[in-house]
Amino acid sequence: MGDQILAQYSRRMRFRKILDKVLPLILSVAVFIAVATVFSVLFTTIMTGWHRLSLNLILNYPSANPNEAGMRSAILGSIYTVGLSALICIPLSIATAIYLVEYSRGGRLASILSYNISNLAGVPSVIFGVVGLGFLAYWLGMGRTIITGAFTLAILILPLVTVTCVEALKTIPDDLRLGAYALGATTFQVVRRVVLPRALPMMLTGGILGISRALGEAAPILIVSGLLFIRDDPTSLFSRFTVIPLQLFNWVSRPQPAFIELSSAGIIVLLIILFALNGLTIALRQVLARRAEWA
Amino acid sequence: MSESSAPEVVRVEALRVVYGSKIAIDDINISFKRSNITAIIGPSGCGKSTLLRSINRMNDLIPAASVSGRVYFNGVDIYSKDVDPVYIRSRIGMVFQRPNPFPFSIFDNVAFGLRVNGFKLTKDELYNKVKDALVKAALWDEVKDRLDNHAYSLSGGQQQRLCIARALAVDPEVLLLDEPTVSLDPISTARIESLLRSIKDEYTIIIVTHNMLQAARVSDYTAVMMPDDDMVGRIIEFGETRGIFTNPRDKRTEDYISGRIG
Repeated sequence: MGDQILAQYSRRMRFRKILDKVLPLILSVAVFIAVATVFSVLFTTIMTGWHRLSLNLILNYPSANPNEAGMRSAILGSIYTVGLSALICIPLSIATAIYLVEYSRGGRLASILSYNISNLAGVPSVIFGVVGLGFLAYWLGMGRTIITGAFTLAILILPLVTVTCVEALKTIPDDLRLGAYALGATTFQVVRRVVLPRALPMMLTGGILGISRALGEAAPILIVSGLLFIRDDPTSLFSRFTVIPLQLFNWVSRPQPAFIELSSAGIIVLLIILFALNGLTIALRQVLARRAEWA
Repeated sequence: MSESSAPEVVRVEALRVVYGSKIAIDDINISFKRSNITAIIGPSGCGKSTLLRSINRMNDLIPAASVSGRVYFNGVDIYSKDVDPVYIRSRIGMVFQRPNPFPFSIFDNVAFGLRVNGFKLTKDELYNKVKDALVKAALWDEVKDRLDNHAYSLSGGQQQRLCIARALAVDPEVLLLDEPTVSLDPISTARIESLLRSIKDEYTIIIVTHNMLQAARVSDYTAVMMPDDDMVGRIIEFGETRGIFTNPRDKRTEDYISGRIG
């Protein structure tokens, strides 16, 4: 009887041990597939576009001649719309998150709002383009301009950034809040002096995440702007505009191989901008985090 | 000042606190006198902390909590409509179970309450207030040369004394302590107990503890709380600490302090 139980036990033990050896192998295959895909795309893009990288690409307007064609207007358009959308979205997101976490704690309104914000994050981006065109451009009469594009992108990334900001606030221990309240601080003072300095670095990460997302969006801008070919610099917030992803879309859809190469070069530029942005946030985050410790 | 003639600073009448649909504490009647330390003892979950948090309206911060009954602070019902809980909290300080210094310098921690309460102070006045608070909290000698250091560089016991200093800096009348030594070693605990005795003349001190020996060591009065059959916390006995420990009237008190239940 005892031997039987022991035999059964050791058999089960052996199976568990084998599983423990095999599982990491299976998992590492999954990791390999994911990483290899990304790297092969990156590799092909860089190989195709490398020799097309030049100052022309950044400084020139688009042209029918691939040797002269650049994406100056698209880069400027991206900087204006995405930059403006960040200025609109990040303060709004932080404000929303502070309201949800610090002011209406566990309230019914807060839970309804949080639920809807999470849902909004899952809405396809084309829908935001349609809203931008119908509501902002035509109904509010803002036209198919930079400001409309910026608001559209801002609404698009608002849920994403808000959710990160909410998470950032939730990482601040309640002990600190209670300590401040117990000294006679108002909610505003608790937020301003104790919570926000510590949450800001993580909120900023959310902001950059949003900016990166906005920078790569083509669909909503295609609907709002509709323009793929612009040969002058934007002069005001009410200028017509295009963005980098649309320029790439335009080049990819041309038959000449030279334009395919150009689009690869454009992707490299977009990636460089993204990496630079990420590097900037990491730096900014560290500075803020160090300051928060001492605020 | 003799213990019995000291003025009553806080009086609780028919207090009941409900969390959602659960009654946490009910029928609480007790008063606290100046220059005395009152201990509230009892097993976990009997509502000691809930009672403490009702006295400075910290329960307001818990959305599901509702409070009925009366809590008088110097004769004013702190739950009446025209009383601002923020003001109450600046007059009734609180120290928590785990030390929770802010992620600032030692100086800024103590100055926090003065700053948020809008005290108009010159730099020297601010420094002196911070110093006084640290002296009272028996921390000054250890930190006077490093006030700009981060609060997290202090040991746990020092952090807790910093939290006491922080509470004392705004010059409260009442000091509430919610198991302030539960996370500390015996030596740190002893320092906090002796500092409480040294400042008690100027304050009304209420300390929640599950350590009966601590209650016996530091307090003048002791309230014993116990959950009833429905897990509703009630005060089963209240009186001078010596009497509670030498001659308990309630059988449950006797069982609790002698370690038969707990």
